[in-house]
Amino acid sequence: MEFFKNTNIDFLGKKWYFLAFSLVFSVAGILSMLFWHHIPTGVEFRSGTTVDVKFASTPDLDAIRKAMDSVGLHNARKQPKANNELLITLDLKQNSEETGIDQSKALIIKALSANAPEGKQDLNNATVQSIQDALVQRDPLHVGVNVGGRYLTEAQKIINYRDSVKGGVLGGFDELKNVTSPEVISALQNNFFVSNFTVRSVQVVGPQVGAQLQKQAGLAILYSLLGMLVYLWFRFELIYGVAAVVAVFHDTLITVGAFSLTNTEISLTVIAAILTLVGYSMNDTIVVFDRIRENVKLLRRESLAEIVNKSINQTLSRTILTSGLTFLTVLSLYLFGGEVLRGFFFAPVIGILIGTYSSIAIAAPMLVAYQEWRMSRSGRRVAPVAIDSGRKEKVRVKA
Amino acid sequence: MQKNLLGKTAFIVAILVIFVYGIFGIPQKWNGEGLKEALLERIHLGLDLKGGTHLILQVQVNDAVNADSDITIERLKESLNKNNIAFGEIYKPDPTNHPEQIVIKGIPPAAIGDFRNKIFPIYQQYDFNSAPENTYLLSLKPARVDEIKHQAVTQAIETIRQRIDALGVAEPLIEEHALGSYQILIQLPGVDPDRAIGIISSQAMLEVRGAVDQQVYNSEEQARAAHGGVLPPNAILVHGSSIGTREAKDEVYVLSRSSVITGRDIRSADPNTRGDTGAPTVDFHLFSDGGNRFGDFTRAHVGDHMAIVLDNRVIEFATIKSEINDDGMIEGGFTQDSAKDLSIKLKSGALPAGIKILEESSVGPSLGIDSIRQGVTAAVVGMAVVMFFMLFYYKFAGINADLALILNLVILLGFMGFFGNTLTLPGIAGVILTIGMGVDSNVLIFERIREELRNGKTPAAAVDQGFAKAWVTIIDTHVTTIVSAFILFLFGTGPVKGFAVTLTFGLLANIFTAVFVSRVIFDAGLQRKQRGEALSI
Repeated sequence: MEFFKNTNIDFLGKKWYFLAFSLVFSVAGILSMLFWHHIPTGVEFRSGTTVDVKFASTPDLDAIRKAMDSVGLHNARKQPKANNELLITLDLKQNSEETGIDQSKALIIKALSANAPEGKQDLNNATVQSIQDALVQRDPLHVGVNVGGRYLTEAQKIINYRDSVKGGVLGGFDELKNVTSPEVISALQNNFFVSNFTVRSVQVVGPQVGAQLQKQAGLAILYSLLGMLVYLWFRFELIYGVAAVVAVFHDTLITVGAFSLTNTEISLTVIAAILTLVGYSMNDTIVVFDRIRENVKLLRRESLAEIVNKSINQTLSRTILTSGLTFLTVLSLYLFGGEVLRGFFFAPVIGILIGTYSSIAIAAPMLVAYQEWRMSRSGRRVAPVAIDSGRKEKVRVKA
Repeated sequence: MQKNLLGKTAFIVAILVIFVYGIFGIPQKWNGEGLKEALLERIHLGLDLKGGTHLILQVQVNDAVNADSDITIERLKESLNKNNIAFGEIYKPDPTNHPEQIVIKGIPPAAIGDFRNKIFPIYQQYDFNSAPENTYLLSLKPARVDEIKHQAVTQAIETIRQRIDALGVAEPLIEEHALGSYQILIQLPGVDPDRAIGIISSQAMLEVRGAVDQQVYNSEEQARAAHGGVLPPNAILVHGSSIGTREAKDEVYVLSRSSVITGRDIRSADPNTRGDTGAPTVDFHLFSDGGNRFGDFTRAHVGDHMAIVLDNRVIEFATIKSEINDDGMIEGGFTQDSAKDLSIKLKSGALPAGIKILEESSVGPSLGIDSIRQGVTAAVVGMAVVMFFMLFYYKFAGINADLALILNLVILLGFMGFFGNTLTLPGIAGVILTIGMGVDSNVLIFERIREELRNGKTPAAAVDQGFAKAWVTIIDTHVTTIVSAFILFLFGTGPVKGFAVTLTFGLLANIFTAVFVSRVIFDAGLQRKQRGEALSI
């Protein structure tokens, strides 16, 4: 079966619509970056503390807010997620001392475990080792010799049950009945209590690291564009490289603009996704350029505009299939990849759409525009932007 | 056909076997569990998948330079006295920003000759600059400053490693980070982050100081007032609490400026409990030199108080009951854990400089388990959808693409197994994107073959031309993507690096499978066909 057969769409004829479309979205994005949401950055870039907490039941936001207030965290942002999870974010205050960055995490956890009994550890946040230590100390099974190994197995069973079966949060000691013996449970009750939450992940970023990361991310994108420009210059001609980089820059601008317009946070994962997008969009542009290079050799009588149009049409089937298939894999990331991988969704989806569009609507017309500009300057027809190696081949064939 | 299909097929099978070995090695048991164990042995899971703590620490290297210049100041005083050169004052003008500078004031004009001839040669690591009013500014030579700073980082890494080993963490990673910025990267799988951070980041500088004043005060003002507003020259004020490490009210002690013994004199330290009260303690043994000093001091001060100071806080303030020689006991209000932690820190020695946490991220084990499950599901579903579509759209050639895709995945995972790479969550995303982009090469080739067929070429010629023409494009697209992955690897940190590595391996594997393997399958198919039979694509 085939979806696209011998299409013949005049893409270049629509270049003014394309230009208008791109301008509207770029300008909207830039305006939003400058005046509206700016660039919403994830905690890695902004410096501060994020604690991801999972509760046994739907978290009571009001109670949590009160608990936070009681330890003096009035500015904590609370963002509920699926599966009874709550993301608590605390931005690092400009004036606060850097030594405080680690304390904010401790404060958040202290606020959440306000009702903890004195001197007992929380089983929902305990490690294998702490459970093993407690059991070794009590020796509820009267093992006597080689207690460490015996209780290590016991502790691992408990932690495994908590994390794999109960999703990280135990409801109470009686849930352990299926995993371990009553003696062990009652020994644990002496050292532990069961809270209503577990800390899923913690991220603390100091101001230095935040700034360092921002610089790194900016440099990474800049250098990767430069690297590609050089490679294309070497493989094609400078104007091809410039056109491709302009197209990719256009994509990055619109994608970051989309993040700004929708006020979605740009985390480190998203930066990686944007870089993938750069690669993806570049792929698309190169496929079209490659076809143009080939056609310039074959169809020497036709104008560059005709050649470009033909090349886009010839590669259209591949372009749409690949975009569609990549879209499907990214969609499966979104549907099944869970919270963290979801950050990988938004950027690639926009990237696939814009990347496909820009190689047709930005990069290819730029080649034609450049040639027309050269012609108007010299006042005569200039050979299409062809490739040296191509010309040489031709000569060799004639000889 | 002289294309040597047999040889090529054998080559592909060999590659397959090699990379399957890369993924699994040779499993102990040939069942599901055994394979899973073998897989995890070869492909390490990143902290974000198995749970653990990732830390970036800043070593405050100026502390080490300050410690060095403090020693120099003491030595300077000695050598000036020895050479009978009078001096007014020796101090550091700006210890925070220029810990390497020392100022000597008030050298008498008559002694300048002696000062130049006798003192300069002893301190060749310093540049001497004369300033007005008989003042000299000494600055440690930059090369030596750098050396001290680097030593501090190396030593800090060594000390932290000892402490972490003592905690019993499996497969920790401790290395210098962002070269030249005196940072340390630490990755600890599956530990309680707070305890680990407590052990790693405390400097653990232990000192035993004699009490100048047997009283305990509530504030610095009160302590000063008791001495008529000015402290004796040999005294300093230290905050702390006599019940030690537990949170308690802050008290102020007047202690001797010089310490009797420090952590360096400690040969070993172990957690223990007191026989009579059952309170956790830390027992320590001193080297003979320190033991002698401690013995002399305690003999002379029976009945007085001494303070045990940890990182500039008093943790115990106790009466000296009798002479103590080389064995001691600290009873600083410990819990069992904190006694164990302190003995770990004392045994490993103090850090050469203070440490500040720049970044911490920890992932609990339950999140890691969920991430693996979700990541694998997403990868399997994404791959299934793509494979199904290829079969549907390209028929026989679809099988070809699907086989190439599976081999692509095997090679990618095998690469990771061979290089002992770490699979992170963004790495899984990289695998999934590789599947999506990997199929692009197949689509490119197939569309090209269809085009050639439309132009009236025979199946064999169409396959030949299709591959030849698509090859150029495939090389261009792959190289550009590898360029950007390489740059990601250079500039990225942790997880992003993992993503770049997976992406690069995936692309390399893709060139092999989409071009070479797929071609062999096509040729095999063509060989079996009758002349004139249509190609199923």
